[in-house]
Amino acid sequence: MAQDDIILADLDDAALVQQMHEDLYDGLKEEIEQGVMILLGRTWTPYKVLTEALVEGMRIVGEDFRDGILFVPEVLMSANAMKAGMKILRPLLVETGAPRVGKMVIGTVKGDIHDIGKNLVAMMLEGAGFEVVDLGINTDVDKFLKAIDEHQPDLLGMSALLTTTMPYMKVVIETLKEKGIRDKISVLVGGAPLNEEFARAIGADAYCRDAAVAVETAKDFIKRKHNQRSGADA
Amino acid sequence: MLAQSAGPPIQPRILILACGALAREILAVLAADQLDHIELQCLPASLHNRPHEIPGQVRSALRQARGRYERVFVGYGDCGTGGQLDAVLAEEGAARLPGPHCYAFYSGAEQFAARGDQDMRTFYLTDFLVRQFDVLVIEGLGLDRHPELRDAYFQNYRTVAYLSQIEDPILLSDARHAADRLGLAFEHRHVGYGDLEAALAGL
Ligand code: B12
Repeated sequence: MAQDDIILADLDDAALVQQMHEDLYDGLKEEIEQGVMILLGRTWTPYKVLTEALVEGMRIVGEDFRDGILFVPEVLMSANAMKAGMKILRPLLVETGAPRVGKMVIGTVKGDIHDIGKNLVAMMLEGAGFEVVDLGINTDVDKFLKAIDEHQPDLLGMSALLTTTMPYMKVVIETLKEKGIRDKISVLVGGAPLNEEFARAIGADAYCRDAAVAVETAKDFIKRKHNQRSGADA
Repeated sequence: MLAQSAGPPIQPRILILACGALAREILAVLAADQLDHIELQCLPASLHNRPHEIPGQVRSALRQARGRYERVFVGYGDCGTGGQLDAVLAEEGAARLPGPHCYAFYSGAEQFAARGDQDMRTFYLTDFLVRQFDVLVIEGLGLDRHPELRDAYFQNYRTVAYLSQIEDPILLSDARHAADRLGLAFEHRHVGYGDLEAALAGL
């Protein structure tokens, strides 16, 4: 240990949260776990720890990744640190009845096993209060359908990083139409080779450039859904 | 009678504007097939990891070459540009190598497609990637600094398939060693230059 190591427990709340943002940025898993435990010990609710210390810290990481200041390895290290913090918080969040915003089924499409971006999106959605059902990689239409049937999500998320697997998203969307369930679910798509135009062409509801946009877009669709519903009730 | 005094017949000058990852291989094909009228210019291979920059850089290089060559051919696949490179090429009036990426055109488009799902959990190496393995894979993915990230990248992979261009025992043993370092099984398929050769011969 270096001499000038900061003793996390000596910091007041604001300084500790600030330090956790920095530790998350540097991908320091143990420090994040420690910080989470300290804040919980100071009677912070799990939800407050999650949003103010972890999600906010990861938002900064995401911004610097978008701007080309951080690269994939650094983002993965930060994500691992956040994951470690979330592992502590997850059971407590359930226990304390943290707000549940909506539900998303997400997966990397058939033929593709790139999953870093998809995992990041899933993690940030979970951090934002979504229930996320992650189907993993190489997900075919049957698996998507089965999960939609079982979990009745508000949103479907599909990820593709290969030019050759992007078109499969259209296969899934067309099948949703055939089954008459397309209108019940908002479809968000993402992955580096995609763009707005492609999303429109395949009939998705939105293309999301990164995890932050994915969270905002997902929240937006949930809000719209509620408005529609209350509009219909009126 | 002007042409006579100008010496040997003038061949149409063609430029190949290619990914740096193909430089050595394109030069080898040009030399072997005596395609002396073709020149090569490369963009940095590192654009691979920033594919959204490929279309713009190709466009400006195409514009710089305009007027100096009869024709410019682009030595890229789609390379993860999601059709954006093709849109640029359509506007600028240039053609490119067939297929999504070099692993496909080295294998040959048909053979690559025929393997279907068999290669789902396969990470490909080419001669270029074997030579650059430390720089592009180990350092590029940060595995030198953070070996614990191995699983985040490769837990869903089973095999490294070395799609070799030349038969070289040293490269072969380096490729095998690379697979070991990633903790993956190893397979060797000698594919040569695949569709690259036909594409260049047709220019
Ligand atoms: C890291 C990486 C890998 C890792 C993947 C590890 C993993 N577990 O996923 C490894 C090294 C294993 C790999 C393997 C391969 N890769 Co790769 N890879 C990349 C690379 C460099 C970065 C992708 C990445 O993870 N980015 C980081 C994340 C955070 O960003 P992201 O994925 O874009 O996700 C963000 C957004 O897009 C969005 N998003 C993503 N998904 C979703 C989903 C939803 C619902 C929403 C809302 C948003 C969203 O939010 C995310 C977070 O901000 C890209 C190039 C690039 N820069 O994109 C090539 C790239 C995708 N790979 C490519 C290739 C060719 C391959 C290989 C074939 C190479 C090989 N030698 O074998 C293999 C695949 C083999 C196979 N059998 O399929 C090509 C694809 C070319 C093409 N024509 O399609 C690329 C473009 C590189 C290139 N230019 O050649 N790859």
